Amino acid sequence: MQDLIPQFLELVRLAATSLPPDVEKALVEAAESEAPHSAAHDALETILSNVEIARKNATPICQDTGTPIFYVHYPTGWSTQKLKQQIRQAVAEATHRSYLRPNAVNAITGLNTGDNLGDEHYPTIHFEEVEGDVLTVELMLKGGGCENVGAQYNLPDNRLGAGRDLEGVRKVALDAVYQAQGKGCAPGILGIAVGGDRATSFLASKEALLRTLGDSHPDPLLDELEQTITQQANQLGIGPMGFGGHTTVIETKIKAAHRLPASYFVSISYMCWAYRRRKMTVSGDEVTYA
Amino acid sequence: MINLTTPISDDQIRGLKVGDTVNLQGTVLTGRDAVHKWMIDTFIEEDRLPEEGDRDVYNAIKPLLHGGVIYHCGPVVSGLEDGNYKFVAAGPTTSIREEPYQGRVMQHFNIKGVIGKGGMGPKTLAACQENPGVYLHAIGGAASLIAQSVKRVLGVYKLEFGVPEAIWVLEVEDFPVVVTMDSHGNSLHKEIDNRSKNVLEKLINLA
Repeated sequence: MQDLIPQFLELVRLAATSLPPDVEKALVEAAESEAPHSAAHDALETILSNVEIARKNATPICQDTGTPIFYVHYPTGWSTQKLKQQIRQAVAEATHRSYLRPNAVNAITGLNTGDNLGDEHYPTIHFEEVEGDVLTVELMLKGGGCENVGAQYNLPDNRLGAGRDLEGVRKVALDAVYQAQGKGCAPGILGIAVGGDRATSFLASKEALLRTLGDSHPDPLLDELEQTITQQANQLGIGPMGFGGHTTVIETKIKAAHRLPASYFVSISYMCWAYRRRKMTVSGDEVTYA
Repeated sequence: MINLTTPISDDQIRGLKVGDTVNLQGTVLTGRDAVHKWMIDTFIEEDRLPEEGDRDVYNAIKPLLHGGVIYHCGPVVSGLEDGNYKFVAAGPTTSIREEPYQGRVMQHFNIKGVIGKGGMGPKTLAACQENPGVYLHAIGGAASLIAQSVKRVLGVYKLEFGVPEAIWVLEVEDFPVVVTMDSHGNSLHKEIDNRSKNVLEKLINLA
């Protein structure tokens, strides 16, 4: 098997220091939609300057470089054990080069490992075997501020009058955005899973975030719900950083997951404006990044 | 735009209002979750005995915090091998986690400014009125930009807490912040929360 450590290192560097084009475009549009000289507008202008500086200097966009979450789609015959070793080496090297902050803290002793290598879940690596001979690896860096404002609801929710239907999903999603206020670094992107068990529901809510901004959900019903949630969340007036304004949520992405008859979980992963995700494709000797 | 240089006087603090934009100059100390808990447990409630060196750290930071500024920040720092520290990325972390501690820490050390993001709650707002002090909001995620305001790392304490949790003593120049909680009882965060709550209730009750 190939040694892909330098390629994985480049994937981490790109993710941490260079915001993807779809996200940057959405932030430019958000800045244009806010009133000139408003706190919301100024916050977005500062954010966009920061994005530029980070890319130019190859320094982290945000100091909280988050949990590195890898989604690896590997062709039959590749060793997941070796891929995991290479990813872990690349993560440690990226930390040494200050692309990543040392973030792995022993939950019992409080000691930081210093190199972002924790137990088997840190960094997080999801493996999926695929047909063909192309390896694709997506990396998402999700910071603690936005992870902390994520929420899971179990419908029916009496407090919100949310039943077991898409109307109930709408209500809890808006409640989650209200609860988050500016604390998750608004404007955010909502990844929402409908269904699953407690664990797979949150898993699916993060997978929903892997979609490109500006795309549409193939199911017209969910497409409409995504747009309704975004539009109504923006009526809350929380705005960038919670300073007030029109842009609280950039987009909503929904993923459905099969559930048990007894459970109806709705899980919301809030992604901050610094939506860092990059993809690497390896086909023979050719490696490309997007 | 208001220029503020540490140490900051009570009069200067009382002159600040929610919405004011501030360019901060001078000395800033980082301190977040581990530091606030350590301050409270060891020196304020004194229910944990100081570990070796803790007393020296306390004596070193006390004069720096008097009239000074604490910054909720867990930075990315280079030069860890040779001690030639440089701030690479240094945006604010979410402040509300320090809500149980912040007011007492402000009063104990006479801290005038707390920098963070997302705002804080009623206990901190009360301390801002009494002390007096202000909450200064930095732009969350703007880490590379804010790192350029850090001109020098003057020292570091409690590095055993890890790089993000240590107390970094910084010299800053033109650190851009906005007053979102002032010493007159005003909080932009309280206001936005109330307003958005009213809208939420209407949206949830839509048929």
